[in-house]
Amino acid sequence: MAELLIEADRIERQYWRDLWSYRELFFFFAWRDLLVRYKQTVVGVSWSLIRPLLTVLVLTVVFGRLGKMPAGGLPYPLLVFCGMLPWQFFSSAISESGNSLVAHGNMISKVYFPRLVITVSSVMTSFVDFLISALFLLVLMAWYRFLPPVQVVFLPFFVLLAVGASLGTGVWIAALMVEYRDFRFIVPFVVQFGLYLSPVGFQSSLVPDRFRLLYSLNPIVGIIDGFRWCILGAKSPLYLPGFAISVVEVTLLVASGIWYFRRTERTFADVI
Amino acid sequence: MPQESEFAISIENVGKKYTIGHQRASGDGMRHVIEGAMRAPIAWLRRRQEQKIQQVDFWALKDVSIQINQGEVVGLLGRNGAGKSTLLKLLSRITVPTEGRIRIRGRVASLLEVGTGFHPELTGRENIFLNGAILGMRRTEIIRKFDEIVAFSEIEEFIDTPVKRYSSGMYVRLAFAVAAHLDPEILIVDEVLAVGDTSFQKKCLAKMVEFARAGKTILFVSHNLDAVRGLCQRGIWMKDGHVYKDGGADDIIEEYFNTVTVKDSKSLSNPDYEFAIERVVLRNGFGEECNHILPGEDLTVEIRYDAQKRIDQPYVTIGIVGVGGSCLTANMLLDGRRPDELLGKGKLSCRFKGLPLLPQRYIVKISVRTNNGDEMIVNYQDAASFSVVGDLSDYGFRGEFMSRAATSTPVVIPYEWELPDGQVAAISLAESNRLVRKLNGESLVSSNL
Repeated sequence: MAELLIEADRIERQYWRDLWSYRELFFFFAWRDLLVRYKQTVVGVSWSLIRPLLTVLVLTVVFGRLGKMPAGGLPYPLLVFCGMLPWQFFSSAISESGNSLVAHGNMISKVYFPRLVITVSSVMTSFVDFLISALFLLVLMAWYRFLPPVQVVFLPFFVLLAVGASLGTGVWIAALMVEYRDFRFIVPFVVQFGLYLSPVGFQSSLVPDRFRLLYSLNPIVGIIDGFRWCILGAKSPLYLPGFAISVVEVTLLVASGIWYFRRTERTFADVI
Repeated sequence: MPQESEFAISIENVGKKYTIGHQRASGDGMRHVIEGAMRAPIAWLRRRQEQKIQQVDFWALKDVSIQINQGEVVGLLGRNGAGKSTLLKLLSRITVPTEGRIRIRGRVASLLEVGTGFHPELTGRENIFLNGAILGMRRTEIIRKFDEIVAFSEIEEFIDTPVKRYSSGMYVRLAFAVAAHLDPEILIVDEVLAVGDTSFQKKCLAKMVEFARAGKTILFVSHNLDAVRGLCQRGIWMKDGHVYKDGGADDIIEEYFNTVTVKDSKSLSNPDYEFAIERVVLRNGFGEECNHILPGEDLTVEIRYDAQKRIDQPYVTIGIVGVGGSCLTANMLLDGRRPDELLGKGKLSCRFKGLPLLPQRYIVKISVRTNNGDEMIVNYQDAASFSVVGDLSDYGFRGEFMSRAATSTPVVIPYEWELPDGQVAAISLAESNRLVRKLNGESLVSSNL
């Protein structure tokens, strides 16, 4: 019979095995969140379309029409949508997953399961919304009779990068929020300002060259640029140094996030 | 010492420390940490160290070593704060020990609070799957046991209704049903029997007996000593974070029962109903507030309550528990003489006439239910305690083994022996009987003079 050893100051050897044996719980939590979200709403799932749609509309009007930002010959709504797709995913993922542990405080102090499941599954929930929005992008592209270039095959890589950025940030915030509820106020702030600091409503090529590298320190810049490059093609070229910075940052975020989460996970029940 | 290979749970020198005041000390949250570090790094570091000293360490558990063998059914006893719950949390892996180590063999199911993870918006069916997965069941396993779970919970008709529409009784039934079908090798149970109606509690206990018969290891915490006695072979009595006594369940329970002190100023409340029992007063036959009565004397149990919100159709049950278990009851669920409502501050009392109890210690338990008895508002296992004191020889008892009265079955209603020679001996604990005998005795003495 398998023996479980619980000892002070030691992370269980069976951590990853545990996570694997609870793999179904990832889906159960995500399924629950999706199921619950639109109960007692009138238009139901349509909300996950209405939200990005209105945002695109507003950004197109503000940046494209009023601000008269150049689109490089591309339809402006398409340009905005390509930026908004990863941004909406990232922002909703960090809001949801950042708050996930505190929201499940009662469960954490009553039942054992790997805590990472909660945080990861809330990123998964946001990912489902992302996929729904992505479908709408296809509709928009058909409307403009726009055919994606060959580099669209690299899109999954940038999606992965967006998932990494969301997961890494989300895991960090979730673990920190257990002790420091300050993040409850910080996150909405980041989300609000991030929309303007990231190239969602405009192209990052508008940023002067000498600031471009500095601007690329925001890991979302590389991801949005990547999405545009894959979907819209050569008219929205990839800025390689920025892209490299993104990859390195996301990798560091994920690795350090999981490290910190595991380090603090064992005492969540005592602190929460 | 049992053999090394037999244990299901081995707890070795385990301690759990909580630091009290930690969050108070850095109460400003992160602003304090960042700002402090930025303004004056050295002063900040120094202050941090000072803070560390100011924090108070509290050992919820210290030097606890317990070995539980496979198939053992163990009851954990102890007052609130004795460390029982902390121990169960460690065994369920909710938190980790500060020192020592724990080895566990086999799948653990812990019912620390049934229904954790239920989502009010989801239906019973959906919650079975969700809760099952949280407790560590596979989807296929849940599908296999689904019908059994529903049957056990007795809520077939409402299985597709959101659980927010359930009564709390239904909610608990469903939650326990899921947990009971986990099929673990080791079952850890904490006070789940404190909820639900009596018939369901019986059912839960029966399920646990079934577990025990199947050779599973059970660790059981309850303030309901009857339940512990009925289920467990071994008792572990915890006190101030230590194992105080460890031995046969009956012995430990008896000893524990006799030392439990009940503060009669204690109040019990249920915030959901804004109802509180503020005080329980015991009165003797003369109506005086008193914690000891004579055999055969009247005892009045007076319940002073505060109902901020109206409680409709309250059912009050008072039980008197002796060392061997419950022995007397006054139960509105049976007699139906309930008040229409409880509202505001008030009192309600029950006079037990001529309690036919032997000189022993007794505990009074009180529960209040509402909604046709379906919802338990308070369930107060040790509301008050009293002792019956008196000399049995005053009642005509003259056995050579009268000291056994301390551990005997406590209720003695009037009875008559009819002996082979036709002699009839009437025995009664009635107080009037005692007085008559006293008077007779006196008159006997005077006539002799």
